[in-house]
Amino acid sequence: MNVIDLSQTTVRELNHALHQLEPTDPGPRWVVREPRGAHAIACGLRVPVTVEIEGHAGYYCAGMNQFATVRVAGNVGVGVAENMMSGFVHVHGNASQSAGATAHGGMLVIDGDASARCGISMKGVDIVVKGSVGHMSGFMAQAGNLVVCGDAGEALGDSIYEARIFVRGKVKDLGADCVEKPMEPEHFSLLKTLLERAGSEAQPEEFRRYGSARRLYRFHIDHAGQY
Amino acid sequence: MCGIVGLFFKNPALEPELGHYFSVMLDSMSSRGPDSAGFAVYGDEVPAGCVKLTLHHPNEQFDWAALASAMSHRFQVAPNVKVNATHARLILPAAEQDARAWLTERFPGVAVMSAGRRIEIMKEVGAPAAVLARFNVRQMTGSHAIGHTRMATESAVTTAGSHPFSTGPDLCLVHNGSLSNHNRLRAQLQRAGIEFRTDNDSEVAAGYLTWRLQQGASLKEALEAALHDLDGFYTFTIGTRDGFAVLRDPIACKPAVMAETDDYVAMASEYRSLVGLPGIERAHLWEPEPATVYSWTTSRN
Repeated sequence: MNVIDLSQTTVRELNHALHQLEPTDPGPRWVVREPRGAHAIACGLRVPVTVEIEGHAGYYCAGMNQFATVRVAGNVGVGVAENMMSGFVHVHGNASQSAGATAHGGMLVIDGDASARCGISMKGVDIVVKGSVGHMSGFMAQAGNLVVCGDAGEALGDSIYEARIFVRGKVKDLGADCVEKPMEPEHFSLLKTLLERAGSEAQPEEFRRYGSARRLYRFHIDHAGQY
Repeated sequence: MCGIVGLFFKNPALEPELGHYFSVMLDSMSSRGPDSAGFAVYGDEVPAGCVKLTLHHPNEQFDWAALASAMSHRFQVAPNVKVNATHARLILPAAEQDARAWLTERFPGVAVMSAGRRIEIMKEVGAPAAVLARFNVRQMTGSHAIGHTRMATESAVTTAGSHPFSTGPDLCLVHNGSLSNHNRLRAQLQRAGIEFRTDNDSEVAAGYLTWRLQQGASLKEALEAALHDLDGFYTFTIGTRDGFAVLRDPIACKPAVMAETDDYVAMASEYRSLVGLPGIERAHLWEPEPATVYSWTTSRN
């Protein structure tokens, strides 16, 4: 186990050390102490290493992640796991805005709430939020799954493409071109797998599914009024 | 980008430490706003019938004693003056409008930064750490303070363009964001008699609140009306005589995080600013909801 105290070491030094790890043998887990809300902790990792952050992290924590497992025993600021390609990011507290923005792959689990624009422009990531999400979540979401065990704020899935959204609680309202869709057998099995991987006790039968009505992103002049 | 912070003590035992905790908060927002910095501190209250003014003159050698002397001649009583770098805090047993009118006539180069019974606003161009040191903020005491670190976007980097902006007696505002309809709104407010000193968009927000309050609105009503009338991005923190308020626009692009314990309520653009506060690891932490007015007051004053 490598222990890094960010009151003694800079984030740049930490990230540099993590970037030097061998992909085939990344070595033992890393523990990051005293994060004190610093930005860009454990960004750009490219190896299957485990990083545990003991406290609250700032913006873009675990951004651009590939293969690594990053756990945060606290809250995170804007853009956690932004543009993640693969790997696993687990936030034990709450996440600020734009959690999992543009992420292509991997899994992001948030035990608490995520605020506005969770999963904005997501491109294949699986996001499980055990609490609620704020307004404009799933905005322009292109691919992947956004699972919300609590409630969703205004304009859920606005201008959504082909991502799937599952919500267990209340949805304040749906954004443009986002509609409720029936839960088919494949969705129950998908949801069961995602909830199990995220360590959630929620049952797939409790969720409703939302997705694109596909009237907006293939431009048709008769629909111009909906923009 | 800009940084804003606010700290409000619920526990009066912390009041001697306001400057210490507040300086650390503001300094940590330097990366969000390196151009200039400013703050409002709510310290000792002056007696009823007195006004506390914070005045600014760009020349640090300005002869404040001469101003005080001329003022004693006019008001038949000597003001209590405390000079702090380019600013002076002045306490006078007179009505605010009389003091302002006299200053405008006799010392047009002196700007009134704030007026009220508790508020003191100071602001300057420069790195926040330098501004904090220049005014010796670390030693200041009081029940609450709000502050701003500026990265200018809409108007020039000047002392007058720095925040906070005064919005009436003991009221002021700091803003992170930019307003889109400030030119039209400024013209409308000017017709209603509100005066502006700069081209700054945030000053329009302050003027708007002043106007609403003059119309008889409560602070909460004024802020709720602002949600309708101000177009743009904003996280505002508003200092009041006995507390402070926070408002984010309905889109909530500009960040804000809050912390509350039995001893204090604090807000900042980023959590980094809150880490030095006592007991922060046990504080209730949350992001204020968009389009929602949050306010705290104390009954001890």
